[in-house]
Amino acid sequence: MIKEFRLPDLGEGLTESEILSWKVAVGDTVALNQVIAEVETAKAVVELPSPFAGTVAALHEQAGSVVEVGKPIVSFEVDDAGAAPSGGADTAARASGEGASKESPAETAAKREPNLVGYGAVLEKSGRPARRQRSFEAGSVAEPAAAVEPAAAEPAAVEPADVEPMAEREPAAEQERPRSTPPVRKLARDLGIDLGLVKGTGPGGLITRSDVQDFAAGSRPQPEGEVTPEASAVADSQGRETRTPIKGVRKFTAAAMVQSAFTAPHVTEFLTVDVTSTMELLARLKASREFAGYKLTPLTIAAKAVLIALRRNPTLNSRWDESAQEIVQFNYVNLGIAAATPLGLTVPNIKDADKMTLPELSAALSELTDTARSGKTAPADLAGGTISITNIGVFGIDAGTPILNPGEAAIVALGSVRKAPWVYNDEVVVRQVMSLSLSFDHRLVDGEQGSKFLADLGAILSDPAMVMTMV
Amino acid sequence: MLTDEPGQDAYKASNPGISAASPRRTGGDLVQLISPEGERISHPEFDLWVSDVTDEQLCSLYEDMLVIRRIDAEATALQRQGELALWPPLLGQEASQIGAGRALRDDDFVFPSYRDNGVAYCRGVEPTDLVRAWRGNALSGWDPYRYNIATQQIIIGSQSLHATGYAMGIQNDGADSVAVALFGDGATSEGDVSEAMVFAASFQVPVVFICQNNHWAISEPVRIQSHIQIADRASGFGIPAIRVDGNDVLAVLAVTRIALDRARKGGGPTFIEAVTYRMGPHTTADDPTRYRDANELEDWAAKDPIARLKALLLTKGLLTEEVEAQAQAKADEVARKLRAGVINMPDPAPLDLFKHVYSTPNSWIERQRDHYSRYLESFNGSTQEGAL
Repeated sequence: MIKEFRLPDLGEGLTESEILSWKVAVGDTVALNQVIAEVETAKAVVELPSPFAGTVAALHEQAGSVVEVGKPIVSFEVDDAGAAPSGGADTAARASGEGASKESPAETAAKREPNLVGYGAVLEKSGRPARRQRSFEAGSVAEPAAAVEPAAAEPAAVEPADVEPMAEREPAAEQERPRSTPPVRKLARDLGIDLGLVKGTGPGGLITRSDVQDFAAGSRPQPEGEVTPEASAVADSQGRETRTPIKGVRKFTAAAMVQSAFTAPHVTEFLTVDVTSTMELLARLKASREFAGYKLTPLTIAAKAVLIALRRNPTLNSRWDESAQEIVQFNYVNLGIAAATPLGLTVPNIKDADKMTLPELSAALSELTDTARSGKTAPADLAGGTISITNIGVFGIDAGTPILNPGEAAIVALGSVRKAPWVYNDEVVVRQVMSLSLSFDHRLVDGEQGSKFLADLGAILSDPAMVMTMV
Repeated sequence: MLTDEPGQDAYKASNPGISAASPRRTGGDLVQLISPEGERISHPEFDLWVSDVTDEQLCSLYEDMLVIRRIDAEATALQRQGELALWPPLLGQEASQIGAGRALRDDDFVFPSYRDNGVAYCRGVEPTDLVRAWRGNALSGWDPYRYNIATQQIIIGSQSLHATGYAMGIQNDGADSVAVALFGDGATSEGDVSEAMVFAASFQVPVVFICQNNHWAISEPVRIQSHIQIADRASGFGIPAIRVDGNDVLAVLAVTRIALDRARKGGGPTFIEAVTYRMGPHTTADDPTRYRDANELEDWAAKDPIARLKALLLTKGLLTEEVEAQAQAKADEVARKLRAGVINMPDPAPLDLFKHVYSTPNSWIERQRDHYSRYLESFNGSTQEGAL
């Protein structure tokens, strides 16, 4: 009878081998374990021993050919008597010999190729139930996201209208957990972002840190057929939440805040000072003819004080240039003033504020705030700031930890001026006090420089005559 | 009389203060009772331990080595013929394994590595059972408690921990049996072996560590792994060590007996370095010609353990044609049985997987078994155990 010998998996998990040479020819008589061929796998060159004693009936593959594991390479004419113990390739004989199968040997052989140890894994062609895909655990991931930042889930709510049905999606791409790395997952979680909504730009769709940051900055694609804020608000007003698309100033603000908060290591220092003298000065100036028609506020004086203090501490008027790996110190001051507008926060700046006299500065401040409140600030006025002031005192707030305007090294928050018991000339008396909060970028401003700046600012505001010692 | 020159250069290379002339070592010279040429070397201390070995027993040691080499060759061929998934040849290490295996008492317990088929053969494991796991047919080829030899360990060196733990049990029982861990030179670089030696020394348990230094941890030569003799690593743990010619079956028998005797008498652990050579590939999936010099193989072929004993037997006039023919016939018969056993080995039933997880019924395993059974049914509507 004829026995076939199929190429086995000679290594661990190999799929093919090259027949280097045949050591036998058709018609040769071979003994069991006699070397019949030399074969090269991806791992080694090995000699193939004959699994049968008999005569070579046919060589199915030429020397030099690359053969898939499981393909017949040689056939032997074997005595029927000698076949049974060495019938390595004959599954039917094995199965019937054991009697373990209730099917007939022929059926078994027909349905099932020798597997695993015999001829490598056989391709599963059909009949196998599809593996259940890993489902994206929307509940566990989306829940915290929604709690922190309701808006983050918004595209998902709109999405079903303009995406294909689930069944037509690529299962791997849509059903698997979004591909990313643990630190980026943590960043997304911290920012309240559902990674399922972020489009990955890394290799193989990997979601990178910048993808998450971009998403957080509001660059996520808006669904088509975007609804207007008004329409959205109307539509949702019946419900328990109001959804407003992220765009415009809100979007810009969010991007700026996230960029700043997650690139510059912030340090905030506080100083509460007695500004009674400043308030007295303010009152005198208001009464003077020189300032008639000018709008003088504590902010005006504080802005001038910042500019004076900055001269002695120029480090705070600088910028960290990551791409150039340089620290840029500005020899001019474009003083940013945070302004609350109907659309949200903007920080327009006064160009070359350090060159201005107090009346000029006062006029510039008035114009800046008026323009901002009317929503007409030119883009150029929003760009190029070197340091900022935020006047939270107008809201009755004392102190805070302001976030740097991106690209700037420092921001001063002015607290409200209020009467308070204060130790003055070793007695507790009622004085007008104000809290100053200074945040600075610790990459380029050390605690010493920040502290000296804040101390100078405090000294000027508590005793404006101190300016005499500074300029 | 040293049979391993590699390792000597290493002293100069990285330890400038230590010369080859005064190496930092405690393992002593290589114990050798039969020279590579087959001469019996007298040694007053070690001869005592093999003085009981009769001529007949010497011939049976020869036969065992011949048989295990034949089993090894047949299994290698069966792998090339697609009947085994993988096989780790022991060619060249027959004396180390038969010498150690034949020194043991039935109640000793062996913790072998994947290559120690010679020791398993000495314990009485059927040749067909030796290859059962390598066919992917069973997780263990045999019942460890039937032969007092554990399942062959694939994880490098972890069996040394099992052996030490078992030896602690022997100590608690107050028995005089011994636990034996078998591993290779590469395993001595593993944390498990270090931990095992720490505990063995701390508790002075009856364990013998037998390291077959076959010079190659897959493709990593021993001289890079250890800049001192492997046996000297044991001294760092306070464990006495003996270096023995691992291609000398009589010497291995002698030193194993010494170590076993010490352990039985409460003398604690011993480390044996059997200096031998892996003449074949690491496994059938390996190609040693890619990383080692053919000359090295030639040098070691001259020290072949079977040729050496054969020369001694011929010199002594013990190896008659009849004895030789009988040994060959035994080897042929074992090989024939092995081949038939492998080829006719029934495939395991898929559900057999769940049989040996717990010794007692377990609802969780039952549940998994039930699920898997229904999964299998989904293919053709009927479960045919053993016939998939």
